[in-house]
Amino acid sequence: MDDKKVILEVKDLSITFGSGKKTFTAVKNVNFNVFEGETFAIVGESGSGKTTIGRAIVRINPLSSGEIIYDDKKISGKLSKEMDQWVIKNIQMVFQDPAASLNERATIDYIISEGLYNFKLYKNEEDRKAKVDQALSDVGLLPEHKSRYPHEFSGGQRQRVGIARAMIMEPKLLIADEPISALDVSIRAQVLNLLKKFQKERNLTVVFVAHDLSVVRFISDRIAVIHKGRIVELAETEELFNNSLHPYTKSLLSAVPLPDPEIEKSKELIVYDESVHDYSVDKPSFHEIKPGHFIWANQAELEKYRLELK
Amino acid sequence: MSERKIILSATDVEVKFQVRSKTLTAIRNVSLDIYEGETIAIVGESGSGKSVFTKTFTGMLESNGSVSNGKIVYDGTVLTDIKTDKEWEKIRGRKISTIFQDPMTSLNPVRTIGYQISEVIMKHQGKNKQEAKQEAIDLMRKVGIINPENRFDEYPFQYSGGMRQRIVIAIALACKPNILICDEPTTALDVTIQAQILKLIKDLQKEYGFTIIFITHDLGVVANVADRVAVMYAGQIVEYGTVEDIFYRPAHPYTWALLSALPQIGKKGEDLFAIPGTPPSLFSEVIGDAFAPRNPYAMKIDFEQEPPMFGISLTHFAKTWLLDPRAPKVELPDAIKNLHEKLLEVVNGGQN
Repeated sequence: MDDKKVILEVKDLSITFGSGKKTFTAVKNVNFNVFEGETFAIVGESGSGKTTIGRAIVRINPLSSGEIIYDDKKISGKLSKEMDQWVIKNIQMVFQDPAASLNERATIDYIISEGLYNFKLYKNEEDRKAKVDQALSDVGLLPEHKSRYPHEFSGGQRQRVGIARAMIMEPKLLIADEPISALDVSIRAQVLNLLKKFQKERNLTVVFVAHDLSVVRFISDRIAVIHKGRIVELAETEELFNNSLHPYTKSLLSAVPLPDPEIEKSKELIVYDESVHDYSVDKPSFHEIKPGHFIWANQAELEKYRLELK
Repeated sequence: MSERKIILSATDVEVKFQVRSKTLTAIRNVSLDIYEGETIAIVGESGSGKSVFTKTFTGMLESNGSVSNGKIVYDGTVLTDIKTDKEWEKIRGRKISTIFQDPMTSLNPVRTIGYQISEVIMKHQGKNKQEAKQEAIDLMRKVGIINPENRFDEYPFQYSGGMRQRIVIAIALACKPNILICDEPTTALDVTIQAQILKLIKDLQKEYGFTIIFITHDLGVVANVADRVAVMYAGQIVEYGTVEDIFYRPAHPYTWALLSALPQIGKKGEDLFAIPGTPPSLFSEVIGDAFAPRNPYAMKIDFEQEPPMFGISLTHFAKTWLLDPRAPKVELPDAIKNLHEKLLEVVNGGQN
């Protein structure tokens, strides 16, 4: 763990929307590191701020406070034009809805080439074509798909186009925002396998934003559970599943339906009740309760969680 | 099982759509009996016909589609003979009600929640405004709305997604239906809210005793709610049986593929099983077994002749040539052998 290189550092990140009385804090003092080559998952419900964090990393959402450091360079706040371009080249994003995130009036050829055009990442027209063909074949599409439009594809194919568009930039870090939520079960497996393939071949680092813990378990090395803009628990995947401490993590784990009628019939639903936390005097903060396992808790809760630890 | 009363029976149903002067056969000779009081889940990918099939029970097919063959009987009424909307009104909502995926599209955004529930009660039960309001409030409480008196005059946008779905359920219940069709009612919801809504639907079923037809693509949800399961592929039911039959003793290669692709049983560092290819186009005639081109177990006959529905037990049926006595014996794929033990391991994790 210690010899792994930290590629992305998110420090005290807060993001607020609106101003004055209508201010809404979507992300509150979030801290985490992502190691090179790993898949780091951010899991939470809608409105938890998980997508906002992902979008902050690719500089779509501005930060209110805190900073984001990528490859030892600060990438949040105002950047020079060169730095901005460097960030775009290194960090790419795949969006949840493959239909909404592709320009429906552009051909697949243009959609995938857009990044190349913007950054002049090709020597000549032939080189560009070769790169697009390669990107298409990497995601399992054919060169003849180039002249088609997004609406001519199925959901799974569109998501492949979205991935090809991101991967042609040869990014080091990929932010995948619920890339499989809108897809059918059989297609999900194809897209997950594809992401894993890229990771193996290119040492790609992936930040995977999702709401479904069961999917995340299969692909991620570490998981951060986020609730109302705050990371409440962060641990290595198996540690989190076997040794979850925070009541919110437990409620999430109990809510995921498992494809097994016997388990489902005997399952007890844990409902998260925020009032179990008494933070009036004893204030909570983010603690490393055991190496690599972090939790948002106050002193009294820490004592209790320590006893629960296996 | 065989002594239970059949509440709805579909026989050889075929549904065709006219799309830009081409004919799409969305449902291809589907037969299914639904028993009173049970929860039957219909599983399939998008385009498999699961929604279209159940829309024929309430006459809600889009105007370019029609039941071109077959017969659907509900409690003595031949639904396939119904011609007018007026006749449908006696069935739709009153006897068979549907809850859709997106609660926002089923609710009127410019009417209060209370109005929308009481309107249905007044229309279907002939109660006056005051009585209807009281019953609406009772229903709201029943579906888990806290403080229903105060929330009666609020609008849909003031409700969260999960709360809106509860209201849609309350409206469906207001007509006291015998069959509740749930068309992916939790797909748009968060997992914790989904779990609550599923529990609510099951609790209400216990109280009211209605039959549930649950449409979903999520096998986890199926395991949670269903007594029986029908698996659909390319406009046909390819396998049906009790929920235990389908999860622990699946017989059709498509069901095998669906179960194998579950990320829950995936092993870290290995590829997940993915079904190659895409479903066939239903604009042209499907020859043989529709799943054959994607099926690693396909035999020559699968490409030539459509398999019949083979009976495996009194409750369990599958439409695959593999069950023909002449077919070679094929074992369950390794990935889904002992599914229950594998998932138990996943649940218990490091505890053992």
